[in-house]
Amino acid sequence: MAEKFLMGNEAIALGALDAGVGFVSGYPGTPSTEVLETVAKYNDGSVYVEWSVNEKSAMEAAAGAAYAGARAMVTMKQVGLNVASDPLMSLAYVGVQGGMVVLVADDPGPISSQTEQDTRTFAMFSKLPVFDPSSPEEAYAMVGAAFDLSEKVQTPVLLRSTTRVCHGCATVRVQDERRVKPAQGFVKDTQRWVIFPRTSFLNHQKIEARNPALGDALGNTPFNFVDHAGSGRRGIATHGINYAYTSEALELLCAQAPVLKVGTPFPLPEEKMVAFLRSVDEVLCVEELDPVLERALTYLCGKHHLPTVVRGKRTGDMPTAGENTVESVEKALSAYLGVPLPQGAQREAPPPLPVRPPVLCAGCPHRGSFYAVKVAMKGRKAVFSGDIGCYTLGNAMPLDMVDTCLCMGAGVTIAQGLHRVEPDAVNFAFIGDSTFFHTGIPGVINAVYNEHDIVLIVLDNSTTAMTGHQPHPGTGKTMMGEVSQKVSIEKVLRAVGVECVKKADPLNLAQAVSAVREAADFHGVSAVIFESPCIAVTKPKPALRVDAAACVGCKRCIRELGCPALIMDGGKARIEPGLCTGCGLCSQVCPAGAIRAENA
Amino acid sequence: MNCILAGVGGQGTVLASKLIAQAGRTAGRQVRTAETIGMAQRGGCVVSHVRTGDVVLSPLVPLGQADVLIGFEPAEAVRCLPYLKAEGTAIVCTKAVRPVTASLTGSSYDGSEMIEYLQKNVPHLILVDGEAICAAVGSPRALNVALLGAALPALGIAPADMEQALRASVRPQFVEMNLAALRLGAQAQKKADEKGETDHD
Repeated sequence: MAEKFLMGNEAIALGALDAGVGFVSGYPGTPSTEVLETVAKYNDGSVYVEWSVNEKSAMEAAAGAAYAGARAMVTMKQVGLNVASDPLMSLAYVGVQGGMVVLVADDPGPISSQTEQDTRTFAMFSKLPVFDPSSPEEAYAMVGAAFDLSEKVQTPVLLRSTTRVCHGCATVRVQDERRVKPAQGFVKDTQRWVIFPRTSFLNHQKIEARNPALGDALGNTPFNFVDHAGSGRRGIATHGINYAYTSEALELLCAQAPVLKVGTPFPLPEEKMVAFLRSVDEVLCVEELDPVLERALTYLCGKHHLPTVVRGKRTGDMPTAGENTVESVEKALSAYLGVPLPQGAQREAPPPLPVRPPVLCAGCPHRGSFYAVKVAMKGRKAVFSGDIGCYTLGNAMPLDMVDTCLCMGAGVTIAQGLHRVEPDAVNFAFIGDSTFFHTGIPGVINAVYNEHDIVLIVLDNSTTAMTGHQPHPGTGKTMMGEVSQKVSIEKVLRAVGVECVKKADPLNLAQAVSAVREAADFHGVSAVIFESPCIAVTKPKPALRVDAAACVGCKRCIRELGCPALIMDGGKARIEPGLCTGCGLCSQVCPAGAIRAENA
Repeated sequence: MNCILAGVGGQGTVLASKLIAQAGRTAGRQVRTAETIGMAQRGGCVVSHVRTGDVVLSPLVPLGQADVLIGFEPAEAVRCLPYLKAEGTAIVCTKAVRPVTASLTGSSYDGSEMIEYLQKNVPHLILVDGEAICAAVGSPRALNVALLGAALPALGIAPADMEQALRASVRPQFVEMNLAALRLGAQAQKKADEKGETDHD
């Protein structure tokens, strides 16, 4: 066994490679993205890896590979599982041949997501087994176990981790040799692979019969255990990273309590849980996201007529939303165990701190796109539907150009509903290139077919920027390192019947504004494709400079654009040379012509 | 040893925490880290946690448990000060990064108020003129390594271990520039140390 210092997501990737995975697909999403990237990085050529167009495609492609007997893994974030839920729910009935692991990264907080949904609950809903690692080390071990289980029971298995496991680093002992799992190929069997109401009824019965025994078998694996058994009548039940917080909080409080750590919450490890419930008078459930253990333990107390009191989120003993920390757990345990909180360092209150929300980067072409639409629509009634990506940050002042944001691809279709109810407004839908391919296209077809009147603004920066610059169908690069055909957004739009399609450079203000005006005046579905690469994937131009003698101190550049490279300094605007990418947008806004190239 | 790195997205906190972790591993300790990755990286507040020791349970440093706070920006250092132990050491870059919101609302934030607060409230404070070091080595990206240079004694990391970690993590063409920044950071720490001693005399 070799020791490697790995991020949790890297540990999951190596765990899959060491388990003999042959096919990996996914769609980027924080905090899951590095899993697939790491598989691609360490791919010796024996594994097929792809960024799929969306999570549904990724799930179905992985299912196909698993039908043919390969070990397959599909990766996504929690909201991605919503997109892939259709194939997953049916796949639970049909099953697989080769092992299939569905890696879903949950985001308590949420730090970088729309929802605080819990994939453990999704496991219960889909009736599929789920593993919940508490550290990168355990995540590595669980991937192998999940593949073995999946093959044994011929069903997909969920592996759900959370941000602090995904993006935490630790030393992981890894196997020296990768297992080889040859696929035997697809064996035709319509009874098995073609889903029908009658077979689903029979499969449903089988699943319900299988799960209780499976839960108890999993309960006896090393992923479920009790620490400090018999150390008191007040117990704690916990899971995932919360197990680490609980252990640390108990140390800080110099307290001891029996701790049940659950690594396979569904199917329910009933015997293990009931034995723990019998050993204590009370249990505090320390959980993030849904009260999954709390619900299960409460149910088991009823089923087995146990007097044990179950506490947690539903009893007001734990926060109902947000991420836990060692401190939040320490505070809850202090109250629960009746142990005083240790006093920390006491300092005077700090001065008011500047707020620092995330912003579009200096030089980001999206700033130009939003600004052009804002200028073009000045004085006109307009609603701006946004979408998921860096450009959600277009909502910030001073741009203030995102009126709605819901989920991937929703902006295009929300704009259609808005416009039917309020036809005197111009309805814009902003969508990024990767999101356009992900779930934007059906919305555009819906608009053409149903004769909606919207203006689609495609923000094409040639990458999937927010998640760290992954390729997509428009980039012509694949995760196998091959150059493929680029899918043209313009051709897609024209092919589905969008008649008014304009292209413009968002950093050329006059050209951009005129393209938007033309599209807005068109009756029906129109589109402007703003093409300019993300500053992170292109070489910056020389920084611009404010000629202090020419600057009149009107702040127009700052007030209009909100670029992080522009600041006021002694009544004049100044450009931070380390941040400026030379995009030139501010020089087109300055009324005094004071912003120029460094050497001009 | 618990260390918090606090900065603004894009300042290089993630690489700095990786370097501390690597150097800690070279010294044979168990290491856990936690990072901010995602939306906050676009100019928002970012915090990295690095913990080394014989047994490390959680990847997050609890409040009041950090031995070292590396502040890449004065207000971010103040924001994360509750992590620092009463007797802990703070290494802080004096250059303020003004948020866009401050420029818009006409707020006069320039970091000086934060520095004064830190000087009053942190007994072991090392202020580093990161801007000057970056100018001296010719790269705005050297700030993270300059701060590490100043933090080495507090982190208990031998310079040789950090140099080794740097060579292993940085692209060859940037090694010399980073080593220079590391040395200038270490010099800034020595100067602060000497000044501190004379002040106490």
